[in-house]
Formats: sequence, C-alpha cells, structure tokens
Amino acid sequence: MSDPILDRLLQLASKRFGVDVSALNPDDDIFDALSIDSLQALELVTDLEGAFGVEVPDYELQDARTFTDIADVVRDRV
Amino acid sequence: MIHPDPYDHLGDLLADALVQFKRETALVELNRERISETLTYTDVKQQTTALTHRMAEAGIGPGDRVAIIMSNQARWLMTACAVFFRGAVLVPLDYKLSADEQATLLQHSQPTLLVTEWGFLKRFKTRPAMPAWVVDVPKSADLGDAERWDDLPTDAPPVVVQSRSREDVATIVYSSGTGGEPKGCMLPHRAYLSQLGALLGEFTMDRGDRYFSILPTNHAIDFMVGFVGPFVCGATVVHQRSLRPEFLRSTLKTQQITHMAVVPILLDAFKRSIDDKLDALSPWRRTAFNALVSTNKRLTQKRPNHAVSAKLLKPIHDAFGGTLKLLFAGGAFVDPGKVGFFYDLGLPVVVGYGLTEACTVLTVNRLEPFRSDSVGRAVDGVQLRIANANADGIGEVQAKGPTLMLGYLNDDEQTAAAFTEDGWLRTGDLGRFDASFHLHLLGRSKNMIVTAGGKNVYPEDVEALLEDVPAEELCVVAANYVWPKQTMTDEQLIAVIRTDKASDTLAALRSQNRRLPEHKRISGVLLWDDEFPRTASMKLKRPVLASAIRDTTTADAVSAL
Repeated sequence: MSDPILDRLLQLASKRFGVDVSALNPDDDIFDALSIDSLQALELVTDLEGAFGVEVPDYELQDARTFTDIADVVRDRV
Repeated sequence: MIHPDPYDHLGDLLADALVQFKRETALVELNRERISETLTYTDVKQQTTALTHRMAEAGIGPGDRVAIIMSNQARWLMTACAVFFRGAVLVPLDYKLSADEQATLLQHSQPTLLVTEWGFLKRFKTRPAMPAWVVDVPKSADLGDAERWDDLPTDAPPVVVQSRSREDVATIVYSSGTGGEPKGCMLPHRAYLSQLGALLGEFTMDRGDRYFSILPTNHAIDFMVGFVGPFVCGATVVHQRSLRPEFLRSTLKTQQITHMAVVPILLDAFKRSIDDKLDALSPWRRTAFNALVSTNKRLTQKRPNHAVSAKLLKPIHDAFGGTLKLLFAGGAFVDPGKVGFFYDLGLPVVVGYGLTEACTVLTVNRLEPFRSDSVGRAVDGVQLRIANANADGIGEVQAKGPTLMLGYLNDDEQTAAAFTEDGWLRTGDLGRFDASFHLHLLGRSKNMIVTAGGKNVYPEDVEALLEDVPAEELCVVAANYVWPKQTMTDEQLIAVIRTDKASDTLAALRSQNRRLPEHKRISGVLLWDDEFPRTASMKLKRPVLASAIRDTTTADAVSAL
C-alpha cells in the first residue's frame, strides 16, 4: 500500500537534491542516499512540513536516519 | 562593559550585569520566525531572583551541582545565573546526546538537581534519580516526581549572592567520553574571568549589539560569547527554537543580528545560498560583482570595515540582515579557503582554537590583518609551547595559564595524563609557530576526530559499539592520528582488523556501521596481519600499533567500507 507522506518525501528529496526518485528506497539512510549534511536534511523536512501543513520540532528528528523515520515523525503531527 | 578583573566569581559578575543594564533587552526568544518572548535585564533579574530562592529552598548551596539539559533558550541562561548566585556548580550537558549518553553523564556527575525540557526528560528509559525541574511541559504530560518550572513568584525578596573564590569550581563540562571514561573538566571561576577579560579586550560588544545563539550553550564557545560575554556588555542574546538554515537567515534579517558563532556545516549552508544567488546573475552582472569583491578586498586588507563592505556588497549583506559584523568559528576545523571567501565579502570569521580543558580558546585570529592560514596567536594570559619539536618545528601544542581546568572529575589518572610533569596541558594536537607566532595546526598526537558539526569523537567509544563484529582483533583509529596530514578538516575514522574471514567480518561491520550515528561511522578499513601490541593486562597499546602501521603502510592501504 502506498504511503502518501513517504511518497511525497521521496519526490521532494528527488527534486531538491536532483536524484532520480527511482534510485531512492524508503529504508535508505538519507545522508548516504542524497550525500547531504544534517542541515540540508532539515531543509528537506521543511519542504515536507509545508506540503502537509505541520511543524515538527528539530529535536524530534534527532534520531531519524531513513526516509521512513522522517515520514513517521511527520505522520504523528498530521 | 563590566570588566571581569575585579571579580572573584561569575555569580557577582552576572548579578551586577542584571542590575546595571536594567531596561536593555537581554533576551529575545523566537519560535521559528515568530517572537515568543522578549526579556529586559530587569525581567531576567526578577525571574532569576525567584529561581534562586527556589533553589535555596531546595537546599542547593555552595559546591552543590546542578545539571542542565536544555536546547538554547532563555531559561538555560536564567538557570545558570541562579546556579552561580547560589555558589553552586553548573554541569551543562549536551542536549544533542542520546538519553542513554546523558544518563551516563548524570550518573558520573551526580548533580543535586536537573533542570531540563519535557522533550528531553520523556526520552529517558528510566527517569534520572535526582529531582528534576522541567520547562515546556504540555498540560497532559505525566511528570511523575518532577516539578514544573512555571509559576515562579514575581515578588521574591532580593538575592544574597553566595561568595566563592576564584579557585572554586564554576562548571563541570564534559569534553567527551560517553562510552567508557567520561571526562568532566572542572573549570574554576578564574578560568572564565580571565578568558572573558582577554576576549572582551579583543572583540568587545556594545549595548544594542545582538548575538544570535545557535551553537549549543553547553558548548564552551556559546557559553562565553553567547551568554556571559553579551551579559557583561549589556548586549542582547537571540535564541531560536529551530536551527534550519532558512529560519536562521530570516532571523538574521528580522532581528538585525550583529554577532554569531557558527560551525563549519553552517558556513557551508551560507556559502551555498550565496553561490545560488551568484549563479543566477547574468555574466556581465557577475563580472561587475567580482570587481566589487576585489575593491572590498583592497579596502579591508589591513582590517575589516563593516560600513564599507556592507555598502559595496549590499545584496550579499542584505541577505544576512545587513548588520552582521562578526562570525566566530571553532577553529582547527574550518577550511581556510571558506573563511577567506567570507572575509572577501566583508563577513569576517574570527577563527579560534581551543579545547574544553582550557575554557574557551587558546588562540584567536585577530583580523588585523586577516589571515586564514593560521588559527591565530595565543590570547592574553595563555602561554603556548611546542613540545618535542621535530626538524620542521612541528610538535605537540601545550598550554599553560589561568584558563586551564583543575582536572577531570573523579579521575586522577586521566588528569595526570592530561598534564606534563611541569604543569602544561597537553592538547594532543600537532602544530608549529611561524615567524610572527601564529599557530598552525598540522595533525593530532591523540586518537580523536572533530566532525564538521563540532563534535569530538573518540574512536574508543566507537569501538565499544562494534563489539559484535566477528574478528580476531578490531580497533578504531583516526586516520589523522596514524598518518598526520597537514589539515584537520574532513577527518576520518578507520577500523584496523585482524581476521581470518575477511568477507564475514566486513559484512558484519558494514551492517553495524549503518546503524551508528553519522558522526561515529567508520569510513575505511585496514586489514592487519600481526597481533595487536598489548600490555600485560591485555590493554591495546594504541600508539605502538599506530606507529607500526605508519612505518609499514600508507593511507592508500585503507579500503573504503
């Protein structure tokens, strides 16, 4: 079953960092998959928040490593 | 500015600042882009007075320890003021550590009280044993035995600040070692007072200056330039609940920020946003812009000139609010090219080099003239020497002076190892002086790395996390420790492994490595055939192994993991 938050996250990541969406897997480590640092990852989360109209405090994302982790944190707020 | 020299301790100094600057704005708190609170020095005095009485009622007095686990916010600084007014010892813990790591440090430091945020308290699997006062608590939260910070009385009588001597411990700051051996640096009041006097002599702040506090306040740099420094100058400290670059940039503008300390990855983010702007320029505009940068370079060759640079390069400066005068960066780990890039645009980065064991900084780059190739000269009060220098003048940087710690909490063995017999602090960093006594850092004589995010990582701690990897022997070392390179940026951890089944070992290592936090990950592997050198008690002789590796292989022998 498709997950709208996760799907949107993968699309936004692909758009922001110019990576083909088919190359991204939900359980990939985002830092490795996108070759980004933690501040760039937070910028991506801001894109996702904008898409779903929520705000997540930075510290809730501290332990998030994969696309699935981020989608789960955002889902709790939707 | 209140000069710290006549004071014996931080309590009296901060109490005087709260009285002297009355109506000046002390603190501005933002939740992303919205201001949630603005406090004058008088407001801060009122709240810290009430808090100090509450601490006294809870029995906290001279020498007792109070731990803070909070993100950067007004209540961090107010708690610290109250702790110093009570003559107590502040234990500022890193809010970015995991709850388990924080629990280890609470166990080690044994504070009488913990002041924290609900978001951090709820992460603990077992609530810390000591009483906790908690901020930012939602209505529905189950606090258990902990107390809310809210509801402080507004009519508390004046505070009598408890007296302390310059030699008494002011703070216990953990430099690292969340794995095996926590290192809690006991820093006396004299370290802060001496360092503050030296720094204010170089880079004073004025009333009306606005410091943007984004590095964790538990970190030595923000504690000094984002708390005590601005307070004794009557300047304003701005906090924001999110560290995302887009919100930082908007706050730089809306809050008219003048000073800010940064880590290298934030300089990267700022540089990306400037590059994006420049890439969007048409070729002839780009040429015109480059000409303005050249003019700015010529006019600021001897010293920075904010007014000139802000006028010449207005679009760039406007993107950073137009008022930004100085950036501070924790030094050895900043790429000199990047610092030069910002200086050329009229955004000077003061590079400092220091370690927790020596309060805030040992050296700073004084900007007159600007040099990006060195971490600067020793600050006032700090003596530096290069020990056992080789033919090129390179050896271990060692330091002496009033800013040094008293030692590590409950660890005489590590304290003894941190100092030479004649009382100099071993930094573990390799360096040399040039003809003008500027220090150049060239590698490490101790096994550790510092990440671009400013975190100290000790390979021994990472080793403990890789226990389950099947191998005859495995150890983790910093590449820069084995093969010192001429810079201290982009440092890597490598695993040295003795194994009969390399493919099994590597598969397990890859899988475990993926689960580690980014800053603790291994990036390369060196397969090693000989038994590791060990002491009679089977403890690894790391320096001996490192020198054996150095003598027989080069960094090319390391394969990527």
